[in-house]
Amino acid sequence: MANTQGTTGLLGWIDERFPLTKMMREHLTEYYAPKNFNFWYFFGSLALLVLVNQILTGIWLTMSYKPSAADAFASVEYIMRDVDWGWLIRYMHSTGASAFFVVVYLHMFRALIYGSYKKPRELIWIIGVVIFLALMAEAFMGYLLPWGQMSYWGAQVIVNLFSAIPVIGPDLSVWIRGDFVVSDATLNRFFSLHVIAVPLVLVGLVVAHILALHEVGSNNPDGVEIKKVKGPDGKPLDGIPFHPYYTVKDLVGVGVFLLFFSFVIFFAPEMGGYFLEHPNFDPADPMKTPPHIAPVWYFTPFYAILRAVPSFAGTQVWGVLAMGAAIVMLFFLPWLDRSPVKSIRYRGLLFKLVLAAFIISFLILGYLGALPTTPARTTLAQVCSVIYFAFFFVLPILPWFEKTKPVPERVTAK
Amino acid sequence: MKKIIIALAFLILPGLSLAAGGGYPLEKAPIDLHDKASLQKGAKLYVNYCMGCHSLEYQRYNRLARDIGLTDDQVKDNLIFTGAKVGETMKNAMPKADAKRWFGVTPPDLTVISRSRGVDYLYTYLQTFYLDPTRPFGVNNAAFPNAGMPHVLWELQGMQKAVYEVHKDHDGNEAKVLKGFELVQPGSMSPPEFKEAMADLTNFLAYVGEPIQLERQWIGIWVLLFLALLTVVFYLLKKEYWKDVH
Repeated sequence: MANTQGTTGLLGWIDERFPLTKMMREHLTEYYAPKNFNFWYFFGSLALLVLVNQILTGIWLTMSYKPSAADAFASVEYIMRDVDWGWLIRYMHSTGASAFFVVVYLHMFRALIYGSYKKPRELIWIIGVVIFLALMAEAFMGYLLPWGQMSYWGAQVIVNLFSAIPVIGPDLSVWIRGDFVVSDATLNRFFSLHVIAVPLVLVGLVVAHILALHEVGSNNPDGVEIKKVKGPDGKPLDGIPFHPYYTVKDLVGVGVFLLFFSFVIFFAPEMGGYFLEHPNFDPADPMKTPPHIAPVWYFTPFYAILRAVPSFAGTQVWGVLAMGAAIVMLFFLPWLDRSPVKSIRYRGLLFKLVLAAFIISFLILGYLGALPTTPARTTLAQVCSVIYFAFFFVLPILPWFEKTKPVPERVTAK
Repeated sequence: MKKIIIALAFLILPGLSLAAGGGYPLEKAPIDLHDKASLQKGAKLYVNYCMGCHSLEYQRYNRLARDIGLTDDQVKDNLIFTGAKVGETMKNAMPKADAKRWFGVTPPDLTVISRSRGVDYLYTYLQTFYLDPTRPFGVNNAAFPNAGMPHVLWELQGMQKAVYEVHKDHDGNEAKVLKGFELVQPGSMSPPEFKEAMADLTNFLAYVGEPIQLERQWIGIWVLLFLALLTVVFYLLKKEYWKDVH
């Protein structure tokens, strides 16, 4: 007897008990995506690929890694030297961490230029920002695990930020560390959070991100809703089934990504000290503070904002608040940007300039956050921080001055 | 108050950068991990002159043997002085607590030192010990000012003294800048011989930092070739499928 999906045999048996074919159709073979995706649309599937890479390599690293202050550093070298292919698994994981942020930053940039956060995709964007936050927590806690000097002092600096919070701060930071300094207890709990708690949250959020996307449908470089123009069969005229069209197209993206990814793994795993920082090859020493503590590159823009804010009224908490606000502002983006035009293709010059200023200031902040401070650099970081935040305040009033172009009914190009 | 802090930071920061880099220009180390003879000479120097204080706790003797072209027996006869088995790691017998009393700091394990400091630093450090009677061991180092380490290789290099150049800054203050060295007591090696020996030693430490690196790059070439081919296939597949999208 055929079921509602019209399948028979083993698949039919399953479909009567589990929505296998139904889900395949909803999310792959009958999920209609705009046919005009360009380069910027590769990074969503690539982020998924890197997530899988991190989970798989992470499982194998966990088999040989020892989360204790006495053994952690040695166990990483054990993985690098004595575990068969351990070096490869470790480099795939360490390079994967940086690749994750590269891919996610480009993915977020795509959303900015094509207005993918706008109605009806606000929730996709919000879930995405939560994913970004979870990813930062995941990366931060993972970075402690090799128990090198930068692992240790980086964690010390970041956990100390919490102690800047008035009244509860000092107790809160002790509660986070489980000790008065970063120690074995901290390492052990960060390991627990890094290998199970946060990944579980991440995977759940990613599923929610994709479900929300498939509910409303994908945006595209023209920022037009393909569901508005449907054929007699009820399918969007500008849509093509995700599978096989975008699965084979994304495979090309995967191939090119893996070429870059493998180049780093096999020929530059330290990436000049940016992916694996040189001082992290010195074991953690609580008695010896390194002369210059720099977070890994993907945190440097936010670190630069933190350092740019001067202490005021006897407390450093303002820098911490500014750093937090730099991310929290992203949540409000769908409502701050009030232009009815989604894609940058049809927005005015003004928006392009404002967005360019935002991106450039973010990049400069990232550059500055990796360097020791000087008064000139601090001033530059302050200017860039102001531009970063100004972006969010300029957006709501932009439509009054901005001259947008008419948006077409259908997607352009093929 | 804030001005004072900034002023202090200005005073301290250049000092810190000096402490880290020594302010002395680093010499590029001629690393060649394919040169097995150099790695073997470097290993011999290391176990004879360095390992008494500096262990290589993550490096196994038999891995070393395999990678630098020696047999296990050759390693047992020539490189193991501690009674260790050939499958063990290169530890030494020096008690850490005593070492700290003797030198002020525990001599660090050097397995991954080439990755934390860089080979150029090591190469320069090894060659720039100079006489300085104000230091406990009578020597200082240009790459690592006020290093706690004695000049262990003096019998090979001999002893050199620092040559300074005097510069005047904008305010007319005179500043002494370390310019180079002058050999005052020759060692058993001529200066070119010593330089080559230090290149071997640095080369050896570069190997020990990551024993897999040559193999990693070799595998990498094949991985990239495979991926390039795979990407071409993916591209053709995509083109085929997308023929009917207009």
